Amino acid sequence: MNHLETFRVAMAAILANKMRAFLTILGIMIGVLSVILLTSLVSGLKTTITKQIAGLGSNLVIVVPGRIGGSRSPGGVQANRLTFADAINLKNKLRQDAQVCAVVQKTGTLKRLNINDKGAAIFGVQANYEKIISLKTEKGRFINEADVTSGRRVVVIGATVVKNLFGTASPLNQTIKIAGINYVVIGIAGSRGSIFGIDQDNSVLIPLTSAQKQFGITSPNTIYINALKAENVKDIQAKAKAILNKRLTEDDFSVLTQEQALSTISTVTNVLTLGLGGIAAISLIVGGIGIMNIMLVSVTERTREIGLRKALGAQTEDIRNQFLIEAVTLSGIGGIIGIVLGILLSLLINNFLQTTITWWSVLLSFGFSMIVGIVFGVAPAVRASKLDPIQALRYE
Amino acid sequence: MLLVHLSNINKIYQTSHDLKFQALKNISLSIDSGEFVAIMGPSGSGKSTLMNILGLLDKPTSGSYKLEGEDVAHLSEKVMAEIRNKKIGFVFQQFNLLNRTSILDNVTLPLIYGGIDNQERITKAKKALDQVGLSDKLENRPNQLSGGQQQRAAIARALVTDPQIILADEPTGNLDTKTGQQIMEIFRKLNNEGKTIILITHEVDIARYAKRTIRVRDGEIK
Ligand SMILES: Nc1ncnc2c1ncn2[C@@H]1O[C@H](COP(=O)(O)OP(=O)(O)O)[C@@H](O)[C@H]1O
Ligand SMILES: [Mg+2]
Repeated sequence: MNHLETFRVAMAAILANKMRAFLTILGIMIGVLSVILLTSLVSGLKTTITKQIAGLGSNLVIVVPGRIGGSRSPGGVQANRLTFADAINLKNKLRQDAQVCAVVQKTGTLKRLNINDKGAAIFGVQANYEKIISLKTEKGRFINEADVTSGRRVVVIGATVVKNLFGTASPLNQTIKIAGINYVVIGIAGSRGSIFGIDQDNSVLIPLTSAQKQFGITSPNTIYINALKAENVKDIQAKAKAILNKRLTEDDFSVLTQEQALSTISTVTNVLTLGLGGIAAISLIVGGIGIMNIMLVSVTERTREIGLRKALGAQTEDIRNQFLIEAVTLSGIGGIIGIVLGILLSLLINNFLQTTITWWSVLLSFGFSMIVGIVFGVAPAVRASKLDPIQALRYE
Repeated sequence: MLLVHLSNINKIYQTSHDLKFQALKNISLSIDSGEFVAIMGPSGSGKSTLMNILGLLDKPTSGSYKLEGEDVAHLSEKVMAEIRNKKIGFVFQQFNLLNRTSILDNVTLPLIYGGIDNQERITKAKKALDQVGLSDKLENRPNQLSGGQQQRAAIARALVTDPQIILADEPTGNLDTKTGQQIMEIFRKLNNEGKTIILITHEVDIARYAKRTIRVRDGEIK
């Protein structure tokens, strides 16, 4: 029997039991869909973070507490040993070549009248922060030197905070409570979007000194150093390291260039991709085992049919090919539907969370689903083809 | 013309590791083409075992089987399947139709495995269904038909390849007497048209339709 005929016979058998076909397709579809969806989420996250870091400008050098990267990353949470004195020290020593800005970060509740905005990020920053990280102040003005020097209770608020606390009312010169203390709104920050569901605009910026005083903070969370000339970045990174090393050890801090920060993010997202991709792959394998089960059950169910076909002249390989084509077709259809739904769902999610569909994940998951169909279809197919027609016909 | 020639056929089943059962003992028989033979015997006498060997569904333990003068007792599975497809038409007690498949598609099934093209398959299947009076049921499913109609469809399936022999194992066993007689009339008509028919039954009334009766008891011809 030629392959086209075997294919027709297999199609007829699939159509003869639509429920069985549906369940098989469903298993593979879910597997493929989750591979595409999860990888597109992680890739989307990577795109977002990369864009944001890239947006900071290539002149930036970032100092953070703790050791990032390298082979000897200490585990667990470490005490932040950076101090404001370190930031001042860096500022003084690098005065000729760079601007320095220390930043502290807290989470707290914002309040206006009876409206609460819980879980907003509170940044304590210096006046040069706006320029250093290329932030835009849309309305009003940014925090200035005088605000920082005298620890004024003034605040620049993000777009989400505007929406939550003010609705359509104008926020400028209004008072809001930040963790219980009154601040006057002096500006509105330009939108920065969200990273993996964390809204960057649900944040407020206050003078560093005000934050220190109110929250009793002794260590900066980040020190940004902006090189005046791009060619000096490496040099400044080395100098900053040397300066901090006088007081601290290598495990206490990391000095990253924008390039290194990008590659760190890339490492993290690659791990995420592998991890989530692995989970999705497992669901694909589970789908495959589902196919095998359904095909094995169908061999049992269809024993008399197989016996009859053999009695009527079907060759062993005709039966084997029929079952194999059934399995491959079902997983192929499941794969295609999974791809289509996976892409559609990614595009849908993209409306509120950045997703990036990667072609390799589409190819990989489809290839994988076909392999799953073949591998898990072979055993039942071989079993079916080896049935003795007499025994099979007698089967009740 | 000599169509089937069995000599000294034995069939021994290995029922378990150390237990053997001889289902057929030194069976020798000849059947000419155009004959209508009934193989009769009580249940368990070895009729179906004999039919399986005649139908090349099974091999004898020893002995020779010549079909149209050709030795077919010890062929490969592949060649056996080919001969079954081309030269033998089976009719079973349980009809064995594919339930989720139309009557027409059920009848074309052996032609698919015979490598006949689609157009010719349909023409032949329609002709066979016409011979058994089922021309108006082409698109029905088997479970929409009566038992007698289902068995007629099964006969059409056996006929469709224009085989040398039609082997029918208790074809009326699942039918009431009247329907059984109608089925037997079809076999009689086919035999009158020249078909060789080997009928297996344990009922005297059914065996009467055949022109010759071979009696089997405890695996031997009496
Ligand atoms: N596959 C088998 N293994 C062992 N014994 C069998 C097998 N098939 C048939 N037999 C035995 O052979 C004898 C003849 O069986 P069968 O040919 O089916 O009889 P009939 O069709 O005349 O009722 C019975 O005793 C049966 O139990
Ligand atoms: Mg029997």
